[in-house]
Amino acid sequence: MEQINNLLSASNVTDVLFYVFAALTLLCAVLVVANPFSRNPVTSAMFLVLTIISMSGLFLLLHAFFLAAVQILVYAGAVMVLFLFVIMLLDLKEEQRRRIKFFGLAAGLVSVGIVVSIFVKALASVKTDAAPPTLEGETYALGKLLFTQYTLPFEIVSVLLLVAMVGVILLSKKKLE
Amino acid sequence: MDWNFIIFSLVKLAIIVGVVQGLVAYSVLAERKISAWIQDRVGPNRCAPPFAKYIPVLGPLLTRWGMFQPLADGLKFMFKEDFTPAGVKKIYFFLAPAIAVIPAMLTVAVIPFGSVMGNQKMVLADLNVGILYTFGIVSMGVYGIVLAGYAANSKYPMFGGIRSSAQMISYEIAMGMSVIPVLLIVGNLNLGKIISWQADHGWLVMYAPIAFVIFMVSSFAETNRTPFDLPEAETELVGGYHTEYGSMKFALFFLAEYSNMVSSSAMMVTLFFGGWTLPFWGLDHAATSLGMGIAHILVFLVKMLFFMVVFIWVRWMFPRFRYDQLMDLGWRTFLPLALVNILITALWLWMRS
Repeated sequence: MEQINNLLSASNVTDVLFYVFAALTLLCAVLVVANPFSRNPVTSAMFLVLTIISMSGLFLLLHAFFLAAVQILVYAGAVMVLFLFVIMLLDLKEEQRRRIKFFGLAAGLVSVGIVVSIFVKALASVKTDAAPPTLEGETYALGKLLFTQYTLPFEIVSVLLLVAMVGVILLSKKKLE
Repeated sequence: MDWNFIIFSLVKLAIIVGVVQGLVAYSVLAERKISAWIQDRVGPNRCAPPFAKYIPVLGPLLTRWGMFQPLADGLKFMFKEDFTPAGVKKIYFFLAPAIAVIPAMLTVAVIPFGSVMGNQKMVLADLNVGILYTFGIVSMGVYGIVLAGYAANSKYPMFGGIRSSAQMISYEIAMGMSVIPVLLIVGNLNLGKIISWQADHGWLVMYAPIAFVIFMVSSFAETNRTPFDLPEAETELVGGYHTEYGSMKFALFFLAEYSNMVSSSAMMVTLFFGGWTLPFWGLDHAATSLGMGIAHILVFLVKMLFFMVVFIWVRWMFPRFRYDQLMDLGWRTFLPLALVNILITALWLWMRS
């Protein structure tokens, strides 16, 4: 009993869960782009959904409940449903027949390299003795930060989205005439 | 780790799942009985196990009310041949019913169905982001339907799946926007806190009636029920996304629809009608005795059953929307209305402070 209790102690469980979610995230992310069993776009999209869900599990372990919920709500619940919607309207047979092109592979590898180097740099500068994140009232704190310290980036991102939306409407309208 | 917590959570989990399943089974019966009543028919009144006729008075009465019908339906679903049509995409065909049911069952986890009993809170997971959790999980429910439509490898289910994904996305936005006034007024995302605020200040439906109307209509659309049941419109799409399904797999879609109905009724009660509280008989604060705790749970159940009857009632009273009318209502009516509602609520709160 004592041993089981020790095994189930809070920090232990969190550690184990971290590795489970991290492994799931990585595995599903790889299967999105390089699935050896199927070249079906719907399968890729569903693995992307699984990636997003396991990532929100990682957010949960950091006590970022708000981020975890929003991650599922926005990405898994809305964006990916739209993806599926569009995929289902396409001709999937042609997509499945398409082979991996050398240029695409090379460009993908280069961009992976760049992203990894950025992450390594960011990880190297992390302070390991930072205070643990606070649990209560973090939605409130997040909202306050977004509207005080980070107002400008926040607004710029919204304008960017607006521009994208206007662009899409413009493009789709032009075709009709 | 706290063993007490684990044991009590498991007990609560078992009870919640059991109650929801029972509610689902008997809401199917209620649906048939109420529809029969609306259409001047009798409804299921024959089905009975052999021993029923030996019970004096109660046996024939239960038979006439159709109380044994859900049992018979369940048995029928289980013993039917589990047929897999040729040419379906096997993995998705098997996964889709499960993906439809899991989110439907998960939503009830955060709903406070009572105050306290002893020192146990009557909620499975007292999350600080309860509302967002519910919306997140509800939005996952669409995958079951979309994948079912895709896996069937046939035209009509495909149309059903596509219709449903478009419909769910449209109404999710209106639904999410409609609760923002509630969050502005209460200032908290925790469902328990929202209920205790309502106990102190009165039910939120009086503060945000427009929000409630939008929320209710959107939840009709989210549960794919008439007047928004275009994904499974029989007259034009055969059976919609579940055309190719039979036996228990079909039953799982049924289960998902009715569990969604249960959880949206529960959400309406929690957000707008004071949850387990009643403004009189001293039922508006956390229970101090066991009897009070049980009374709170009963109050919650009665309120929830009321909304489930409304769901059923609406289904048999109104015709189905046309698809363009549905999109029009979602994007051109509800979304602007919800945004204006947020603005008005914010202004009102600003004037008061």
